[in-house]
Amino acid sequence: MSEHHAHEIRQATRKYIYVFLALLLGTVITVVAAYVPFGSRSLNVAVALLIASAKAFLVAGFFMHLISEKKLIYGLLGATGFFFAGLMFLIVWSNADQFLSIFR
Amino acid sequence: MDIPHTVEARPDTGLYNAKVGIWLFLASEVMLFGALFSSYILLRVGAEAWPHGLLSVPIGTFNTVVLITSSITVVLAWASLKLGDLSRFKLYQGCTVLLALTFVAVKSFEYRDKFTHYYVRLQDGTELNGHLAGNPLNWTAANLADTNRVGASITFHPDAAGGEGEGAHGGHAEPIELTAANVAKLESWGPWRSTYLAIYFTLTGLHALHVIGGALVIAYLWGPGSRMWRSDPERFTNRVEVCGLFWHFVDLVWIFLFPVLYLL
Amino acid sequence: MIGIQYGLTALVFLLLGYGLMALMRWQLAYPGQPIPVFGELLLRALGPDMADRGIMTPDLYNSFGAMHGTIMVFLAVVPLAFGAFGNYVVPLQIGAPDMAFPKINMASYWCYFAGGVVMLVSFFIPGGAAKSGWTSYSPLATVADLAHRFDGQTFWLMGMVLLITSSLLGSVNFIATIIQLRAKGMGWLRLPFFVWAQFVTAFLLLLAFPPLEAAGIMQLMDNLLGTSFFLPTGLVVSGRPLDVSGGGSPLLWQHLFWFLGHPEVYVLILPAMGIVAEVLANNTRKPLFGYKSLVYSALAIGFLSFIVWAHHMYLTGMGTKISTFFQTTTMMISIPSVIILTALFISLWGGSIRFNTPMLFALAFLPMFGIGGLTGLPLGFSATDIQLHDTYYVIGHFHYVVAPGTIFALFAGIYYWFPKATGRMMNEYWGRVHFVLSFIFMNLVFLPMFVQGLEGMSRRRDDGGATYAAGEGVYGLSLALKLNVGISHAAWLLGVAQVPFMINLFWSLWRGPKVVSDNPWQATTLEWATPTPPPHGNFTHRPVVYRGPYDYSLPGSPTDYAPQNLPA
Repeated sequence: MSEHHAHEIRQATRKYIYVFLALLLGTVITVVAAYVPFGSRSLNVAVALLIASAKAFLVAGFFMHLISEKKLIYGLLGATGFFFAGLMFLIVWSNADQFLSIFR
Repeated sequence: MDIPHTVEARPDTGLYNAKVGIWLFLASEVMLFGALFSSYILLRVGAEAWPHGLLSVPIGTFNTVVLITSSITVVLAWASLKLGDLSRFKLYQGCTVLLALTFVAVKSFEYRDKFTHYYVRLQDGTELNGHLAGNPLNWTAANLADTNRVGASITFHPDAAGGEGEGAHGGHAEPIELTAANVAKLESWGPWRSTYLAIYFTLTGLHALHVIGGALVIAYLWGPGSRMWRSDPERFTNRVEVCGLFWHFVDLVWIFLFPVLYLL
Repeated sequence: MIGIQYGLTALVFLLLGYGLMALMRWQLAYPGQPIPVFGELLLRALGPDMADRGIMTPDLYNSFGAMHGTIMVFLAVVPLAFGAFGNYVVPLQIGAPDMAFPKINMASYWCYFAGGVVMLVSFFIPGGAAKSGWTSYSPLATVADLAHRFDGQTFWLMGMVLLITSSLLGSVNFIATIIQLRAKGMGWLRLPFFVWAQFVTAFLLLLAFPPLEAAGIMQLMDNLLGTSFFLPTGLVVSGRPLDVSGGGSPLLWQHLFWFLGHPEVYVLILPAMGIVAEVLANNTRKPLFGYKSLVYSALAIGFLSFIVWAHHMYLTGMGTKISTFFQTTTMMISIPSVIILTALFISLWGGSIRFNTPMLFALAFLPMFGIGGLTGLPLGFSATDIQLHDTYYVIGHFHYVVAPGTIFALFAGIYYWFPKATGRMMNEYWGRVHFVLSFIFMNLVFLPMFVQGLEGMSRRRDDGGATYAAGEGVYGLSLALKLNVGISHAAWLLGVAQVPFMINLFWSLWRGPKVVSDNPWQATTLEWATPTPPPHGNFTHRPVVYRGPYDYSLPGSPTDYAPQNLPA
């Protein structure tokens, strides 16, 4: 553990604290935005998910070090994300594109 | 022969084994919670009515802050180990466990609130939602029959106007007496009450199990596991990092759960 | 060691699964007649509700059917193909001293074992084992046995949770091992195709099983807690409305089940293709044709298998747009499968072929899998699937792929790697007998099923749809039903044909001819460069790899094979 190494960790610690504050702020904004009428329901949903995704990016990128992680790892996560999106989207699409409306 | 790359990274991948392992596991967890979120969407889209305001936003926000704080304490714990500071590590790791326990305690309080909230359908068809006197947990019509055998009836305090779906935390209207004779159905607000509650309990319940599991491992590394610091500090640091990654994932899931269940 | 544990346990379950089917086939061939010998045993073990006077009741038929599928897929074939062969051969072939996480590996075996026990116990509880198909569709899965809360279906779900956990632990181990523990010089494109196949299989298990785990938890809650994840509003059972909240979606279960279900079938076939590739390369004494296309095809199959699942759901009322999407992806996935099969066929060209027992099974795999794959095409198109869905055509199709397909490849693997694990060869003569008889009877059992399916014989009915054939003019179906007797006899003879194999396996353990070298097949891959059986740590010295996996018959080389760890 060299001096240089310790310095890096201290810099990283400062970054963590900034991320923490950003997350707290994000939480406040999420709650407030939920009560602001944006017109249509889907816009509220979109805003909430957008803020949640931003917070998730901060946690994953900085706390989980993904932003400096090896290609193998975020390649794996990219594929996972693709399959997750497929699962979610295709289920909803097949529900919407139904002949019968018994199971809406 | 020893298994290579348990501590030192493999040159071409730049990773040590456990890190590969935990990210693979987290990928499978993404699919697990992803399936539950997909189910949520399908159930909500297919429902005639979807309740709003059944969950306390202040409590949910508090829990969100608790988890976010625990995320930073767990990463600071790892950073302390990287700096060679065991006592700092113990401090932050200990805080993480306490925060985790706080989260679970608050969640239990929320769950209890649901299991002491009741739906009752009287013989004449009237439907009411509210609380029973004494706030018993998860009664059914059978329990009511037991009370009646002693000759007593139980007071029911219906919720204020709006009933199910709105103002569930508002005041109470006129109390009524319930006996097994005048009640057709008595059901607590458990997962069986509606698909909303079903998916709520499943999503938060599974998440809570992950919180408890993660907390146990974090506590182990704080306590007996920390003996490894003396014999193999790098391997111990790796274990703490891997455990921290799991913990951040648990926090990540909650970051999505909170708005989806409490706000939208 | 774990490989051997998985292997023996899986073989026992394979026999059990076969047994269930053998009993079911009696009912199909001779409906309503008491089963000889076993009828009495069933009556004593399961009671008159299930086997009144030794005759198979419809409930018993359904539970045997559901458990036959479950046991064969989750307790026999996958643990054998992935758990046994994977755990044993993959670390050796990549030059690793062990799997990356040995303790997790142990945990994965015991979860599998526990899951198996739960599944078997379910036969003996009140109400019997699960009887809503291996697919456990809601609402039937929840309402089939309302009298008992902890019914066979609940046990099935609990068993599945254990099995899924075992799978997840195993797949994490495999992927981490292959990524991190390859020996020096073992680059990605020097890996034997068997390792690539297991690698892709592990990814399928890792990412496709969790949605079923989630669905299993939800169905458990439906069964035990009275939730309505998959129960629609207004469900009426036996004339009475069900007292649940409703609002759920049976289709949700189907989506989540088949999201796993489809990648699962590629889990069943990929390791088999890997084994066949190894055996073919070794016994043709030449490199495999198109190694790179084999690898890319395996990766493509893995990727595409996640987005084809609803071709199992064409008859659920999906609209044309989404149906077209799934048809397109289903057709696309047939391409890499054909590429793999073609490459393996072409690999035979110009080879100097040795017809030993593993090679016979591997050769037979090719046309058998071909038939299985081709008969899948009419099922992949929604228009033709309307006629064929839930008929014996489907049963013929998937059994061709798994039974004379995968299981033949697994037999090839057993005969091929037996000398590595035990230091003795299995008997060649009885191996050939096993092969010839199995090949004949497999085809006699499953080929007529295509005819039956085309004539409209339904699956999962204990009379095979005889009630439909009762009317005049349904000539084709009555004829098809007559085939049942022949199929049943062939199925029983297939079981008899396995006896030489079982005897051979155990007899050779003690009395088989000892191998004269560590590499009796003169193979190139690394598992043959280690002592027999491999010691703790697998290799005596860390191997270094200098060449690709199939350097057979190199021009100018003194021998017709060059092991991977031989310097160039």
